[in-house]
Amino acid sequence: MFRTIVILLLRSVGVLLIVSFFTFCITYSDGIGIARSVLGLNASDEQVAAKAAELGLDRPLIVQYLDWLSGLLTGDLGASFLTGQSVAEALSSRVPVTLSLIILTMILTTIISVVLGVTSALYGGWLDRVLQFISVLGAAIPGYILGIGLIFAFAIAIPYFPATGYIRLTDSPQGWLWSLTLPVLALLVGAIANAASQFRGSMLDALSQDYVRTLRSRGIPESQLLFRHVLRNAGGPGLVVLSLTTLGLFGGALFIEAIFALPGVGLLSVSAALAGDVPMVMGVVLVVIVLVLVVNLLADVLGSLLNPKARIR
Amino acid sequence: MTVDQHQIDPNVDGTAALTKKRVRRSTFRSLMKNPFAVFGIVVLSIVVAVGILAPWIAPYPPNATDLAATNAPPFSAGHLLGADASGRDILSRLIWGTRQTIVACVIVLSVSLVLGLTGGLIAGFYRGRLEAVTNFVSDVLQSLPGILTIVAFFALTGPNIPLSMTVFGVMVAPSLYRLVRSVVISVRSELYVDAAKVVGLSDLRIVGRHVLSAVRAPVIVQGAFVLATAVAIVGGVDLIGLGDPSQASWGRVLQDAFNNIYTNPANVIWPALVISLTILAFVLLGNALRDTLQASNRSAALKPSRRRALNTTAQDARVAGEHDHAARQEVLLSVRGLRVGYPSSSEEVTEVVHGVDIDVRKGEIHGLVGESGSGKSQIAFSIIGILPREAVVLGGSVYFDGKDLLADPARMRKVRGRRIAYVPQEPMSNLDPSFTIGAQLTYGLRSATGVSKKAARAKLLELLQRVGIREAERVMRLYPHEISGGMAQRVLICGAIAADPDVIVADEPTTALDVTVQAEVLELLRELSSERGLAMIIVTHNLGVVADICDTVSVMRAGRIVEQNDVDTLFAAPTNPYTQDLLESSRKVELMEVADD
Repeated sequence: MFRTIVILLLRSVGVLLIVSFFTFCITYSDGIGIARSVLGLNASDEQVAAKAAELGLDRPLIVQYLDWLSGLLTGDLGASFLTGQSVAEALSSRVPVTLSLIILTMILTTIISVVLGVTSALYGGWLDRVLQFISVLGAAIPGYILGIGLIFAFAIAIPYFPATGYIRLTDSPQGWLWSLTLPVLALLVGAIANAASQFRGSMLDALSQDYVRTLRSRGIPESQLLFRHVLRNAGGPGLVVLSLTTLGLFGGALFIEAIFALPGVGLLSVSAALAGDVPMVMGVVLVVIVLVLVVNLLADVLGSLLNPKARIR
Repeated sequence: MTVDQHQIDPNVDGTAALTKKRVRRSTFRSLMKNPFAVFGIVVLSIVVAVGILAPWIAPYPPNATDLAATNAPPFSAGHLLGADASGRDILSRLIWGTRQTIVACVIVLSVSLVLGLTGGLIAGFYRGRLEAVTNFVSDVLQSLPGILTIVAFFALTGPNIPLSMTVFGVMVAPSLYRLVRSVVISVRSELYVDAAKVVGLSDLRIVGRHVLSAVRAPVIVQGAFVLATAVAIVGGVDLIGLGDPSQASWGRVLQDAFNNIYTNPANVIWPALVISLTILAFVLLGNALRDTLQASNRSAALKPSRRRALNTTAQDARVAGEHDHAARQEVLLSVRGLRVGYPSSSEEVTEVVHGVDIDVRKGEIHGLVGESGSGKSQIAFSIIGILPREAVVLGGSVYFDGKDLLADPARMRKVRGRRIAYVPQEPMSNLDPSFTIGAQLTYGLRSATGVSKKAARAKLLELLQRVGIREAERVMRLYPHEISGGMAQRVLICGAIAADPDVIVADEPTTALDVTVQAEVLELLRELSSERGLAMIIVTHNLGVVADICDTVSVMRAGRIVEQNDVDTLFAAPTNPYTQDLLESSRKVELMEVADD
């Protein structure tokens, strides 16, 4: 088990290095362009060149990357080209917002789609049809359109929830929940639509396995068969579904933060990209990759606990 | 929907079943019978037509402002859907914006198709190190939120929708890559590609001929879902301000309307509707395509009311005919008039077992022989009440100790695993991979007999040794994937006899095993039968097995027993022409095997 975790960790670090290197090369490839967008269109070529040198953008890319990487090891992700604010500091106030949004959505998604997927696999009938309807609807309406609809319905027509803004959990737990209700709802439908129908699929797969029939022939009661054998074996594919859904939420959250003006990392990345603030963009990319890798790592470790074949020996 | 590449249906990934299906003209015809598919096709045709005809049908140029019409409500004069805060006609902007959506779809689809198809074909065909590399690249791409990559590129290039969509095409390529690769691998392992290689066709032509035709269907299905995501993404990119402000697009119209949602909320409806309808069209078309192309994989489900009616009919017949069995007390297990069916639609059931009678006495080994699909396994499953959920018992009885098990589910549950046990066909798939051998044997035995954990363990250790497993202690700690097929079958036999049953139903117990192991397992079953006075029903397609071990035999064909007799008589003087054929062909096979040696 320990070996499995170490190998998975090493692999994650490898992916982190590769992905961050490529993203760095993309975002920093045009040093002069970055300097020009920092200074504005009226700056002279000399001013731009001077700015590029000041920001260290005239150095070879690989040198700049190694510089960034060594900063990363000490927790220093550089400073914003525009405001001079430390990237790490900016992120530390933004990450909790995005995490609140995603964790709340994931908790609800997991509960609702497990219940929906498992029961519709077991009993079929009208539950099956409800699930089919939700999954088509959830796939057809993008989260941002649902979000706009929710704002219109529950913040403008019936002003019950706040349309925009975020209240920190430490300031007011109730306000925190209030400010996140609509954004979470907007993300939830799509996530459930995707996860529930796949849970149903993995349940049906697990139910139709030969060993379930054989265990049933031994006289094991249906309830034990279900809880001990079927759910456990559906759990592995279920974890993959959950980790992919979480991954999808990192993308979806970006739109939702923009719609609801939630000050999370997604909104930060968009405003930084619009302003050409490259260190900030790079910081967000780093944070999201790390979060994604953590999610994958968790799913892999849990998966190898469930499935003896996935353990690396 | 959380808009990202990972939302694309990963179910399609493993659709090897689609492999040999080809997209034919009949596919299109059956698509047109599906109202959802027709809806999708109509909506998408309109979208394409509007995009092409935009210059002629749009009332105004995309950026024409009419200050008098600022924030005009829908259905006002000259502005059917109203106008935005700058006085631009919303209908015209949506019509012109269609072009951007079409361009985005074309870019995303062609980029992801070119990368996914070539990558998948090459990786699936050549395997090896090359595949490891492409798999890694695909995994890394899939672990990135695609929209964030678009944002990172924006920092480099500024607003550039074609580039954003190219990037997105690269990000969704893994979903197609994995699909194509898995299909190619399954096709490649099939004989006909090998045969083509022998004939001397070049690699390229092998790929072209066979593999491309096999991946076509699943790729078309997946393509529809990729496009649904592309429409959502291109709208979203514009909505959050990463689009080109000078260009009319659906996302841009939505953004303008959203910025003025307090003053003019109705304007949000049109772009939202257009975007959602287009995505819905792709999703419905994708679902319909999948249903059509995978039609044979979907088993029909019987209406619950119809199922209840069929069960009642069968039960009434049992109650009416019960005394019929009084004379057969010396028989331990008796199958009478068993009929089993599978639903072919929500109302119709196709009968696969047409009234079968079998009697087994104590210590008797009865062979149930016939070709695959003749209904042998269905009988075995019925006896012990483990038919698949969709199956229906249309009539008949299974008497055990003179009582009808099919008439009384509670009795069936009591008997199953305790008095009648089951040995399956394929040893490896019949052990739960998540539990050690010891754990699953103990669970089974304890739920059947209620003995203590310690007693169950002791008994199982003894039995494992009895069925020929030497290091029983060690084997109990192993997981199913750590033991051989022969050992797994011994474990399964041990599981079946653990609760001291009176009858064993064995479904092709030796088919999946090596020839030498086959003989050992048959020997074991014979010994157990004589040791414990066990009655057995052995389902097999192998007459050698019957001759080797059985006392009596039933020959099945197409759901009926065509001949039933004791083994010696049947082999010496078969009366039914089918039995004669069967014996003849099995002798031929034996002769061939002798010649091979």
